[in-house]
Amino acid sequence: MNELLKNLTEAVGVSSNEKEVRLLIRDLIANYVDEWHVDALGNLLALKKGTGASPLRVLVDAHMDEVGLMITDIDSNGTLKFEGVGGFNDRTLLGKVVQVGPKKITGVIGARPVHLLEANQRNSVVKIDAMRIDIGAKNKDAASGKVKVGEFAAFVTEYEELGVTAVGKAFDDRAGCAALVELLRARPYPFDLYASFSVQEEVGLRGAEVAAYGINPDVALVLECTPAYDLPNENDVSSNVALGKGPSIYVMDRVTIQDPRLVGHITRTAVANGIPFQIRQPGGGGTNTAVIQRTRGGIPAATIAVPGRHAHTPTMIINLEDYANVIKLAEATLRSLTPDVIKRN
Amino acid sequence: MNELIKKLVEAYGPSGFEDGMRDLIRPEIEAYADEISVDALGNLIAVKKGSGGGLKVMIAAHMDEIGVMVTHITQDGFLRFTNIGGVLPHNLMGSRVQFANGVIGVISSDRLEDRSKIHPLTKFFIDVGASSPDDCPVGVGDAAGFIRPFLAQGKRLTAKAMDDRIGCVVAIETLKRLKTTPHDVYFAFTVQEEVGVRGAMTAANHLDPDVGIALDVTLTGDVPEARPMAISLGQGAAIKVKDSGMIAHAGLVRLMKQRAEAAQISYQLEVLDGGSTDARSMQIANGGTAAGCISIPCRYVHSQSETVDADDVESCIKLLVEILANPINL
Repeated sequence: MNELLKNLTEAVGVSSNEKEVRLLIRDLIANYVDEWHVDALGNLLALKKGTGASPLRVLVDAHMDEVGLMITDIDSNGTLKFEGVGGFNDRTLLGKVVQVGPKKITGVIGARPVHLLEANQRNSVVKIDAMRIDIGAKNKDAASGKVKVGEFAAFVTEYEELGVTAVGKAFDDRAGCAALVELLRARPYPFDLYASFSVQEEVGLRGAEVAAYGINPDVALVLECTPAYDLPNENDVSSNVALGKGPSIYVMDRVTIQDPRLVGHITRTAVANGIPFQIRQPGGGGTNTAVIQRTRGGIPAATIAVPGRHAHTPTMIINLEDYANVIKLAEATLRSLTPDVIKRN
Repeated sequence: MNELIKKLVEAYGPSGFEDGMRDLIRPEIEAYADEISVDALGNLIAVKKGSGGGLKVMIAAHMDEIGVMVTHITQDGFLRFTNIGGVLPHNLMGSRVQFANGVIGVISSDRLEDRSKIHPLTKFFIDVGASSPDDCPVGVGDAAGFIRPFLAQGKRLTAKAMDDRIGCVVAIETLKRLKTTPHDVYFAFTVQEEVGVRGAMTAANHLDPDVGIALDVTLTGDVPEARPMAISLGQGAAIKVKDSGMIAHAGLVRLMKQRAEAAQISYQLEVLDGGSTDARSMQIANGGTAAGCISIPCRYVHSQSETVDADDVESCIKLLVEILANPINL
């Protein structure tokens, strides 16, 4: 059992409420870094000093936050109204168990049972504002004693390993956080390595923007968990990425064209080290690379991601070999990173 | 000047892949710039030092062009692709694109069930003559630019990527003609404009200019059934007042008009409904920049036959020289 993945994914950290995850990571890395601090937005920033062989300052980022819910009102019948924090498809929410507020009160996102549905209701999607969380409170007063408006709710999914795959919540992006913890635990790099465990990615890449501004590195690498969509087999189309085919390397998404020099360096490193990789299908999505790349005078940046099925639902599945290979590829990429890689004509 | 225009518009340089453009522009400006540098994102920046007492002025013209990127190779060796920037599906049938490695492809689409409707981009494909993924000379993630020869017919100049290589030409010619200036002028040939004015943002953050002027194409209202717009080809340089991303600095607009009138340069005032330019990035960089834009009127923008008027191009160059050669008092 990978205890690091278990502990990180089971911790709760909906965007802007990442403290539990931050404290956990802080304790995991404290003995392996030279300095750490928490910035104004809550990013956990750490410095692992290099051997002095290279003048570069390199940032590796992974976001701590996960998608979740915020309680917006308590109905007279004691059920909780809520909104999504981060991107959701409403269909994925009904019938799911959640943990509400700092006391982690168990609740269920209620659904009218199938027996009681009209024929037309069976074919329509219930909208998020019509849903309620049921915490078993008999009325508003009883519920108010347990939960306050403005508190967060997170999914409840225990980490489990099924052979080479792992099931759990929040692999996006605790898998990236776990990989970054492993990179910090390795021997020193030729250069000073800055780590940002960033906040508020799921609500618009907000934490990494200030983290990168504060650190102002020469190069940045973002570790992510990217949606795999490899189950339906439509007529001759590519999966976005597929589980088990190795680390996915971004080239272009909706908000970023990755630095071609770094993409080249990463793919060459993979080939040289016999690490499998896949090019993530160019198109939609976006990562912290977007804001890091465009911080200050610009920072060459690229993204390596663990493929994960069922992203932004309560349960994701990753392949543990992909995860191990992301760590291997990221470490090899860093150890062979020289100023020449980002030299311009 | 047509020779320079031809050289720049026919070159390969989709957003994010502008290395070749830099190599083409650099020798054109080397003799005229005091310093040339390339920043982290790939913006090429040429500095002309001022004689003193002036401002720090940034001129931005983008090197990148719209293009496509491969997303999937079918079992039969055809390439599915996504857009880089504002690619319009109705301009695609029968187009040719070229990849960085020189491979040329022809664009077509799945059979149209209903000829009155245009397919979405996902139904188009590129044929590079391959018969399977194994013999395909390009891969997922490779970028391609459109190809089309430059055409000069009288005053009318037509090409792909006139947006914004013609702006680059205005910048290069201005740098060549600008004998003396009180200002430190930073000519930035920017990257990644077509995907969201990204290059100019980091260049402006870094340079932190007092004044920023973008050079870019703008739409016209002078073709049949056009969306109403008071810009016509051949009527002069377009001084931008507003577009959907920026309201130009009022003092800078006033100064541009004054300079044009004093030097008898024909101009028109531009209000653009859709789209924006590098001026937006410069305006909101750091603590803010007095920003404006001199636009080159252009028909058929984001097609492979973008058309400008040679007299308008000349007016834009003259106007920019007039602005830079004199004090800028805002």
